[in-house]
Amino acid sequence: MVFPMEGFVDDTICAVATPVGEGGVGIIRVSGSRAIDVASHLIRPRNDHSLHQLENHRLYVSDIVCAQDPSPTGKGQEPAPAKAGGEEGEGTTLIDEALVVVMRQPRSYTGEDVVEIQTHGGTWILHATCNALIQRGAKLAQPGEFTKRAFLNGRLDLTQAEAVLDTIQATTSRSLQAAQSLLRGSLSREIDALRDRVLRVLAHLEAGMDFVEEDVECIQRAEVQRVLEDTQGALETLIASFEEGRMIREGVKVAIVGRPNVGKSSLLNALLNVDRAIVSDQPGTTRDVIDESINVNGIALRLLDTAGLRRTQDAVEGEGIRRTEEAIADADVVLLVVDGAIGITDEDRAVFETYGSRRPLLVMNKMDLPESRSFDARKTFFPLPLGEGQGEGVGKGAGPNQGEGLEFVKVSAKTGEGLDHLTAGIQGVCLKEGLEATPSVLVTRLRHKASLERAHHSVEEAMRSLERKESGECVALDIRVALDALGEITGAVSTEDILDRIFQDFCIGK
Amino acid sequence: MSIQRDIIVIGGGHAGCEAALAAARMGCRVLLLTIERDTIAHMPCNPAVGGIGKGHLVKEIDALGGEIGRNTDQAGIQFRTLNTKKGPAVRATRVQCDKSLYRKAMQETLTNQPSLEIVSGTAQNILTKGGAIHAVVTDRGETIQANAVIITSGTFLKGLIHIGMNQMPGGRAGEAPAESLSDCMRDFGFEVGRLKTGTPPRLDRDSINFEVMGVQPGDVPPRPFSCRTTHVTNPQICCHLTYTNERTHEIILNNLDRSPMYMGVIDSVGPRYCPSIEDKVVRFQDKPQHQIFVEPEELGSPSFYPNGISTSLPVDVQAAILKTIPGFECATMLKPGYAIEYDYFPPYQLHQTLETKKVQGLYHAGQINGTSGYEEAAAQGIIAGINAALRVKGEAPLILDRSQAYLGVLIDDLITKDAREPYRMFTSRAEYRLLLREDNADQRLMETGYRLGIVPDVIYEKFQRKRDGIHKEIHRLSRTRPQWTQEKVRRWRQTGQEVPDPGATLAQLLKRPELTYDQLMDMMGETETADREIGESVEISIKYDGYIKRQHEQIERFHKLESKVIPPSFQYANVTGFSNEVAEKLSKVKPATVGQASRISGVTPAAISLLIVALERFRRSAKFA
Repeated sequence: MVFPMEGFVDDTICAVATPVGEGGVGIIRVSGSRAIDVASHLIRPRNDHSLHQLENHRLYVSDIVCAQDPSPTGKGQEPAPAKAGGEEGEGTTLIDEALVVVMRQPRSYTGEDVVEIQTHGGTWILHATCNALIQRGAKLAQPGEFTKRAFLNGRLDLTQAEAVLDTIQATTSRSLQAAQSLLRGSLSREIDALRDRVLRVLAHLEAGMDFVEEDVECIQRAEVQRVLEDTQGALETLIASFEEGRMIREGVKVAIVGRPNVGKSSLLNALLNVDRAIVSDQPGTTRDVIDESINVNGIALRLLDTAGLRRTQDAVEGEGIRRTEEAIADADVVLLVVDGAIGITDEDRAVFETYGSRRPLLVMNKMDLPESRSFDARKTFFPLPLGEGQGEGVGKGAGPNQGEGLEFVKVSAKTGEGLDHLTAGIQGVCLKEGLEATPSVLVTRLRHKASLERAHHSVEEAMRSLERKESGECVALDIRVALDALGEITGAVSTEDILDRIFQDFCIGK
Repeated sequence: MSIQRDIIVIGGGHAGCEAALAAARMGCRVLLLTIERDTIAHMPCNPAVGGIGKGHLVKEIDALGGEIGRNTDQAGIQFRTLNTKKGPAVRATRVQCDKSLYRKAMQETLTNQPSLEIVSGTAQNILTKGGAIHAVVTDRGETIQANAVIITSGTFLKGLIHIGMNQMPGGRAGEAPAESLSDCMRDFGFEVGRLKTGTPPRLDRDSINFEVMGVQPGDVPPRPFSCRTTHVTNPQICCHLTYTNERTHEIILNNLDRSPMYMGVIDSVGPRYCPSIEDKVVRFQDKPQHQIFVEPEELGSPSFYPNGISTSLPVDVQAAILKTIPGFECATMLKPGYAIEYDYFPPYQLHQTLETKKVQGLYHAGQINGTSGYEEAAAQGIIAGINAALRVKGEAPLILDRSQAYLGVLIDDLITKDAREPYRMFTSRAEYRLLLREDNADQRLMETGYRLGIVPDVIYEKFQRKRDGIHKEIHRLSRTRPQWTQEKVRRWRQTGQEVPDPGATLAQLLKRPELTYDQLMDMMGETETADREIGESVEISIKYDGYIKRQHEQIERFHKLESKVIPPSFQYANVTGFSNEVAEKLSKVKPATVGQASRISGVTPAAISLLIVALERFRRSAKFA
């Protein structure tokens, strides 16, 4: 779909307009014919007026309120529309104090009614506000949708439209130039090479069908299979590299996992250099997932301290464990923490068996205790292969079946010993390259990644067709789709979805 | 003297015949103007109709009520289905024809067609009034008024024949070219291009030694093209196959200085898919041999067509080449091969209806649009004929899109891509190939042909029965779970396949690879089975269900851009932001839809985004104006 023109006029959209991450101020933009209505449900201007009564283009101090549970999964009821001078309704929560500006159409960026809410820049505040708007009927804006509406509503003339498009292209070429970033520079080369090979295979397949009467040598299916497999591998590598890009932009989600009382919360506090989590000798002290960020070499590490994993009858602790499991599923790196003084227990092994599959890093804590000095992970039965320990540094496993094996690091949360190795180790696990990538590169990647995934999916379909011994035109069908997808990146192929994808190069709420 | 007709068709080739018949069958008074009555529906090149992609076109023309399929059946002396071991979408019919039978059958059909009149003569001039077609002036000075004129003049416009360094004006070997029509079109401001094609020498049957050649038999029983043909009556023949060799190639390479192509005498572009033998030898020097199909031109004539050695080398070199080829050592050349250059009108100058953009009511169809092949010509002929008739009747035009038919792919490619070489159909040109099959051409198009009044009632009723039969059989197979007797299990095991889940329906069983409808029915002991045609369609529908669904999804996306119409009054020059190249191309092609615009080469995705924005603004400003 190029333009969701049908029906979109009635949609009211909202999105966080400021960059992802912590900032002093965060802006939420709401646009559409019902923008003021929708926003009035959660905005209470301090001057006792309703949102509808506010003047255009003026900032008003307001309270932002919402239902008790504005989290995306929350089922909480919304309060009634905030009345002028009204009391906070029952069961509502103050999200934040904010500056609010109303811009009525056509004098707004999009040319529609727009409400902008400037809150404090916490992720939770922004998400909670957005979510409350969505619960009141707004839709989450597609990337670039505000700009798209600005075009369609005549707010940008075509010279500006051209400039906007130029900007997109310039971004791409700049990022091409910024090809010290191995990731980016190799991308177009790599994709061109992939396209050439796939195109060749397709051409041969087609020739075997269209020129059967002529003396054309048919391509062997094994050859097609081989090229597709290679392509698949290359696409997977590329897609994985984008995953790194995302982590660079949004931060690396690190789940701290382990059986109770191995010192997970102490580790978190040590990393944060503050007493964020309550620590005690009592196992099971941490019951919810604690989410904090630290900045290491310009990369955000989002640390998720989790409830200790053990069987429990305690309902609250059980809920904590459920949340832990969610956090782990979402994590980029899983720190498997063990008590170095005790060594690896059966409980540890159970934790590893369950959670060790996703980018694990083994952390041997409590290295300050004398018992732990003699601890040697390699002599302990372990479900994952371990590499050579390198003193206090990061060890790398090279197990026969595990590829790169399990990396491990020895730390002491108490003394801070080994923490720098730990943070380096975390980055090493997830960011193999591309640390010097610039944000402008990352923006264009959203579109690229979607294209690569489409290509990957189609190549997979084509391989499945080959396996099932389907006829050539069936195999060709998906190869063509894959080529179209790759062409979207190099710009060689025009498809019907391309406009949406170009607009996706813009940050939300541009 | 002045006479009045609804439609004049200029040219009696494959495009002209279809155009004239379709228009007459739709109730228009049609005049077919042709240089010579006897050469109507002549096949100047290879004596065959169909092939991969081309066979698809023939089936579609047939489904619309056209004549090429039925005529081919009447002239066919060898029928083959190609690609039977490949998938259903690339299976295609190819028929070897007796050229004289072909002419005879088509001329009879034309003669017997009510409201169609054949007049001998050439068109000297075309008269317009207020930008619309008015009349055609013949070489005899007659002025024939008409509401629509379809030009199907083939290679006759300023035709120039090359044999070695010798040249002679000619429409085909031994026939005069049409000179003045081309000038007249130039005067209207049409861009004229030049293309080239070629043909091999013709050989005397009695001087060919068939013993040393490979034999290529036809299918038994022969399977006709047309839904109107019940069975094939002509005697069936075999074709033969021989090869060039190193000695042949040496002679060719030694004589390139006498080739008009390599000496720069011919600079127009020939088809890459149908190169002359000198091209093949030069461009593929590693290839030790090139194949030659040896095909009879007519059962009652000694003339044979060595398919694969089209050439414009001098006659003595042609003779020397033949002597090196097994079977041709003593061959007598009846006619030498030659290359022909001819004028064409680059078809970006046409609407989707094949009406010219410059002159209302004037249509171009066939080789004049830069295509090659009888099938491509006939395809344009029927569409031009239908649209001319619809215009005369004041009805909405017939536009088939790329998802409906090869006819749509053909015309869209022609008017959009501005290709500068002769155009031939391939299945790889069709994005939605799995849906555009020979076997379902009738299901795609016969309703349309019937509605237009070209398909006769009796044929339409037969089609309805087939369509119902397919639906019923698919329904039955999806519901029926066979009882697995010992015997059935035994038969199933014999095929080497695992015995399936006993709860499986016949439809599920049919999805197994390499199992045909007939085999399944046989194995399951089903007695009330559908006939071959229905069985095949059922088998394809069930087996390829997943792919067919995917193609339908792709078509949905395709239609989104295709439905964004660009008003004819839209000015590309007013859009700031287009590169010069893009603005020029869009202004030249004047695409009817954003979809078509996106297929113009050089038009980038960014340009399409700009175009959509500009269109939306244009639409809004028009609304408020």
